[in-house]
Amino acid sequence: MREFTRQVSVLGRRSIVRTLRQPASIVPALLFPLILLAVNAGGLRSATDLEGFPSESFLDFALGFAFLQGAVFATVNCGTDLARDIQTGFLNRLALTPVRGVALILGQLAGVAALAVVQALVFLGAGLAAGASVRAGIAGALVLLILSFLVSVAFAGVGALLAVRTGSGEAIQGLFPLVFAGLFLSSMNMPRNLIEADWFRAIATINPVSYLIEGLRSLILEGWNALALLLSFGIVAALILVGIGGAILALRTRLARV
Amino acid sequence: MLRRTRAGGSFIAVARGVAWRNLHNHFSHPMYFVPSLVFPLLFFTAFTGALGALTNVRGFDFEAGYEGFQYVFVLIQTAAFGGVFTGFAIARDFETGFARRLLLAAPNRKGIIAGYAIAALGRWVFTAVIVTGVAFAAGMTVPAGPGVLPLYALALLINGAGILFASGVAMRLRTVQAGPLMQTPVFLALFLAPVYVPLAVLEGWIHSIARYNPVTAFLEAGRGFLVGRPSGVGLAFGLAVALLLAFGVWALRGLRNAETSG
Repeated sequence: MREFTRQVSVLGRRSIVRTLRQPASIVPALLFPLILLAVNAGGLRSATDLEGFPSESFLDFALGFAFLQGAVFATVNCGTDLARDIQTGFLNRLALTPVRGVALILGQLAGVAALAVVQALVFLGAGLAAGASVRAGIAGALVLLILSFLVSVAFAGVGALLAVRTGSGEAIQGLFPLVFAGLFLSSMNMPRNLIEADWFRAIATINPVSYLIEGLRSLILEGWNALALLLSFGIVAALILVGIGGAILALRTRLARV
Repeated sequence: MLRRTRAGGSFIAVARGVAWRNLHNHFSHPMYFVPSLVFPLLFFTAFTGALGALTNVRGFDFEAGYEGFQYVFVLIQTAAFGGVFTGFAIARDFETGFARRLLLAAPNRKGIIAGYAIAALGRWVFTAVIVTGVAFAAGMTVPAGPGVLPLYALALLINGAGILFASGVAMRLRTVQAGPLMQTPVFLALFLAPVYVPLAVLEGWIHSIARYNPVTAFLEAGRGFLVGRPSGVGLAFGLAVALLLAFGVWALRGLRNAETSG
């Protein structure tokens, strides 16, 4: 167990240092969600005039989405970094050491996890500074940060799974539009009950991303909504199981292959 | 006279060669053309699907429906980003060393910029045809009929301005890492305009910025063309031509910069 902890810690430190040394990974992950938040909060303010809209401020409504958009960068960053390790032969060399696959994946997630903490704090801080408020109070803000962190880790796990399966950084980058589609075809810009197009409402309803956003949003707009939070945490748990669990299993094959 | 003819001939030959190579690379690699096609379609689908209720907001009055309202934005966006994505290709050519060989071999280097501009146009036309088809399939109506054609002329000028801006950046920095410097200003200019609702319905700080944003003039004129009530046409075309000329100078100076960098 001690050896395993040491392996995770060494690989984790490497992952964090690598993330910190790549401004191209950090700056867009922090900046783009904030830009989109500002643009949408301003451009869609009139949507709050619609009957039944759950908030008087579109900033409050849109804030939850910033956390999720930040998590998309986690998918791409983690996937690209791991794919680069495969392409450069780092993983091949690791296969000659006693390092365990679980330690490798967990260590790889450390960089994204560190970035996720910074992202969550920055997004919440920027939102509050711009006038947003969290209806669930300080405890709700803490749950918001935890949920946001877990969503990033879960998305990073999916990125890791894709990286291990494809072994190609370009393939990960190519999947970015699909991940982005998952975000846009959800209730990110409008509550599901106010979406007029039936086909779009149906897609948003079966899209798990909607429930992730609604869980985050519920803490800001409603206070404590047990169902929304349960769905959100449940989907995160499933994603972690599929992503991280799948990556660990797939890594066995890849390490055996080398 | 003969010399001028030869210079003209080499300009065309270089432009044609660069354009063909770029278009060939673009359409033979899905990782290049899929994102440039997927993103505008995604924006169109997500905006029209999710935000149709905005037509119920007081002051929102647009005959062609929300599909038409968003179609103009997405068309202008594809035009601008068609240019920007071609700028990525220029930066990639510098990273691989191809652009340096091209600078050595081309008898007329201005033809290089023209070639990339033609490629950007070809890429945009392809995307615009698909987006237009999807918009019609989604139920868009065009009350103006053939009167909508100036919208495409306007988009063409924007596409030219986009590629000239991006090529100026790419030729100065000569690395793909310059991508955000090409993309972010265009993205901001596009989204700090009346994207979701008309200018009159926008409120607060974004209204103040949108009033002076050239993209607002493009969108308002474009939406006017679609419904057959053009307004602000002179301003929109004037701004588009001014941007084209300014970024033309920017691109040519970028070319000089690349030439002198060795």
